[in-house]
Amino acid sequence: MKLFRLDRLAWVFMRVSGVVLIVLIFTHLTVNLMQDGGVKAIDFAFAAGKLANPFWQWFDVTLLWLALIHGSNGMRVVIEDYVYRPGLKRGLLVSLGVSAATLIVLGTLVIFTLDPCPAGSPADLLPSFCAAG
Amino acid sequence: MFRGTLYRGHEGMWSWVLHRITGIAIYFFLLVHILDTATIRLDAELYNVVMASYKTPIMGLGEAVLVAAIVFHAFNGLRITLVDMTAWASRHHRALFYGVLVLWTVVMIAFLPRHLMHVFGG
Repeated sequence: MKLFRLDRLAWVFMRVSGVVLIVLIFTHLTVNLMQDGGVKAIDFAFAAGKLANPFWQWFDVTLLWLALIHGSNGMRVVIEDYVYRPGLKRGLLVSLGVSAATLIVLGTLVIFTLDPCPAGSPADLLPSFCAAG
Repeated sequence: MFRGTLYRGHEGMWSWVLHRITGIAIYFFLLVHILDTATIRLDAELYNVVMASYKTPIMGLGEAVLVAAIVFHAFNGLRITLVDMTAWASRHHRALFYGVLVLWTVVMIAFLPRHLMHVFGG
């Protein structure tokens, strides 16, 4: 019964997070690959400039958590479909969980502790607002 | 007279196979993408060097394939959700799969020229 409920929760999560992820990722791709110079325009000034804005901080952290949990749960289903040896299956599922947890913590810390104007960096690499301070 | 199976070789199978392949590919890119983005916390110059590797012609083509996979996975996931939720979509799942392919084509036509111009244009 408990397992059934967890599976049901995972099933609902995939659909709800999927719909939200479409909005988040299509926006992410539009801003990063379509606008202005597209991929060629991505550098520290661009990315740190975005992450200095609380809107993009919360946008990116939501994207990080939802994408990683959605992707990891998908990989869990794939592992359960193809891996029969109990020891190997257990090992793969544990590594999957550890990778997801590690990357969620790492990504969240990066987003919220990034200094957009780090001391000692060449000024021409920094967002333009760094010069004002 | 109906021959063969209901599933194998038909739209349902291809939808499932493509959903799984695109999902796995996107997952592994996501792992790399979180790590490459994390270098922004270490050093501005290092981050720029890492980002420069995404601007090469080969990686530019890789990004086109990645976006193609994401857009398919997105629309096909929406189709799966609709088929699970409503009897109407369940009856028309086959038409909806072709709808996914049409939407995918439209979005890729909007995306590809612009992206390729960014990558290969001056």
